[in-house]
Amino acid sequence: MNWYMVTLVGRDRPGIVARVTRALYEGGATLGEASMMRLGGNFAIMMMVGFEGDRRDLERLLETEAESLGLHLHIDRIEGRLHEHLVPDVRIRVFGADRPGIVAQVTGALAEAGLNITDLQSDVAGTEASPVYVMTIEGQAREGIAPLESALEVVRGQGIDTDIEPVETLVG
Amino acid sequence: MAVLDILVYPDPRLKQVSEPVTRFDEELHRFLEDLEETRLAGPAAVGIAAPQVGRFQRIVIVDVSKMRKPVPNHGHLILINPEIIEWEGFAVGREGCLSVPDYTGNVIRAERIRLQAQDPQGELHTWDMEGFEARAVQHEIDHLDGLLFLDRLVSRRNDLFRRKVYRK
Repeated sequence: MNWYMVTLVGRDRPGIVARVTRALYEGGATLGEASMMRLGGNFAIMMMVGFEGDRRDLERLLETEAESLGLHLHIDRIEGRLHEHLVPDVRIRVFGADRPGIVAQVTGALAEAGLNITDLQSDVAGTEASPVYVMTIEGQAREGIAPLESALEVVRGQGIDTDIEPVETLVG
Repeated sequence: MAVLDILVYPDPRLKQVSEPVTRFDEELHRFLEDLEETRLAGPAAVGIAAPQVGRFQRIVIVDVSKMRKPVPNHGHLILINPEIIEWEGFAVGREGCLSVPDYTGNVIRAERIRLQAQDPQGELHTWDMEGFEARAVQHEIDHLDGLLFLDRLVSRRNDLFRRKVYRK
């Protein structure tokens, strides 16, 4: 079986997930890991799809539904595998008045300090007049937590609130 | 001594409610040795519950005394017929399970508990515990009631964030 990364983006409306996944199921495709969410009034789907046919076959399977839902469809063949989760060992929260460059600045400092991001979620909250940026990051601290704390200390001086905590995964 | 087979979700037996232990005999003690050996054979488990190896009795082992980063603990605990009699606070933490390979997720647990349980001789003890040890005990006792951490997952996107010290 081949793995594909399927991306679908378009204006949000009820029923998108149900209709897209039904089309896949009826066409003999299987779903792997997926992330789907509403972003700024759009709905964005990223999902691993396992399928026997080639990229063109998969596109044919989805294009009717995508078109009728007004979704932009993009398919990439990937070297994907299941059962390869990385377990994060650190969680970071960043928030502050929104201004250009926050994410680049914070993640740049963290990358230099050894962080490998496994999950990042961010939102713009507040009001149009004074937007607030909120971001949570999970990842692996390849050089330990201390360098990450120092990296955050630098951005903290610039009006950005940050918080970092180790994630100790309990196995029982 | 023997390493026992671990039941893995979706095995329906993991949903079974376990029965109290009534006989504190040699057979029980032999089983406890096997259960401990099984816990240690796996990937760094801090706890194990009897139903995970297909014995549906209210028995768990918890030991958080050997963490890479030390946490408050009461050492190696064999808990028979354990019961949580008080809860306080709550915290989000990440959990995995010998019975749920290749998945970890965030779960809300009480931060502090008062626990009552019998030891392998049948004597009753009480402990006050907190943090990681309290989390481990709650995870294991859930197994005795047919619950997995999957039953308690919280949303990834809207995670609550634990904050021990407020700072700017």
